[in-house]
Amino acid sequence: MHRFANPARFRRLSQRVQPGLSLATLLSLGIGLWLALLQSPPDYQQGETVRIMYVHVPMAWLAMAGYALLAALSAALLVWRHPLAALMARAAAPVGACYALICLLTGSLWGRPMWGTYWVWDARLTSMLLLCFLYLGHIALSRAYDNAERGDRAAAILALIGVINLPIIKFSVDWWNTLHQPASVTRLDGPAVDAAILLPLLWMAGGFLLLFILLVLVRTETEMDRRRLEIADQIA
Amino acid sequence: MSSYAVFIISAYLAVFMILGGLTLASLRARSKMRHALAERGLERRR
Repeated sequence: MHRFANPARFRRLSQRVQPGLSLATLLSLGIGLWLALLQSPPDYQQGETVRIMYVHVPMAWLAMAGYALLAALSAALLVWRHPLAALMARAAAPVGACYALICLLTGSLWGRPMWGTYWVWDARLTSMLLLCFLYLGHIALSRAYDNAERGDRAAAILALIGVINLPIIKFSVDWWNTLHQPASVTRLDGPAVDAAILLPLLWMAGGFLLLFILLVLVRTETEMDRRRLEIADQIA
Repeated sequence: MSSYAVFIISAYLAVFMILGGLTLASLRARSKMRHALAERGLERRR
């Protein structure tokens, strides 16, 4: 792991994988969209609105996985003080925030026809909103100081405190009575959805995961260049 | 599609606009930063 934490090596690796990653992202999302919008059957209870699930669920998974990545990078920054961890965390936070925001928006658009309302203050929705705010807090805090390193450390502490929210999101539907349905894919006894619905969901999730990785790589390179420019300005 | 088409289309439109915007913004920011480095003679050899 430390081998790839070398900025020059990271940049070389990142630039080498980006063309293939872009192609795989487009391919995966293309197949996913074709399956989700044209091939998968309507749900026997929810009808056509189940198609919103193909974007809503992957966004929820990846917003949470992205936050776990942010927390791991924050731990690496605080323990090893590695600058690449800070730059990658800065790069990942806006991507995670967008995924969390899309999860909330698509959930709301799915909730209106199914529940009769765009929003309820139940545990799952509220904890997901909190995740979005944690991402926004990380973005704001990391840029709030003149000294970038202080900002990165403050944001890292916030990211680590916010990790407590991840199990709350995951188990909120089991711990409390919520309007939100319980987990139907990520269950210990296997998925409870039909293969005709599971397959497009996994293609879309794969595509969005690849896009997440691609965006983090591109933005990390930008942050590395920005830091280089700042250092050059300080020396000049 | 159904009477719910407006919700489905809106959801996919939101995904397309937010992720498309984020992708474009990320690529433009990287290009801008590379130009800024090149202007100062700090560009990285590839």
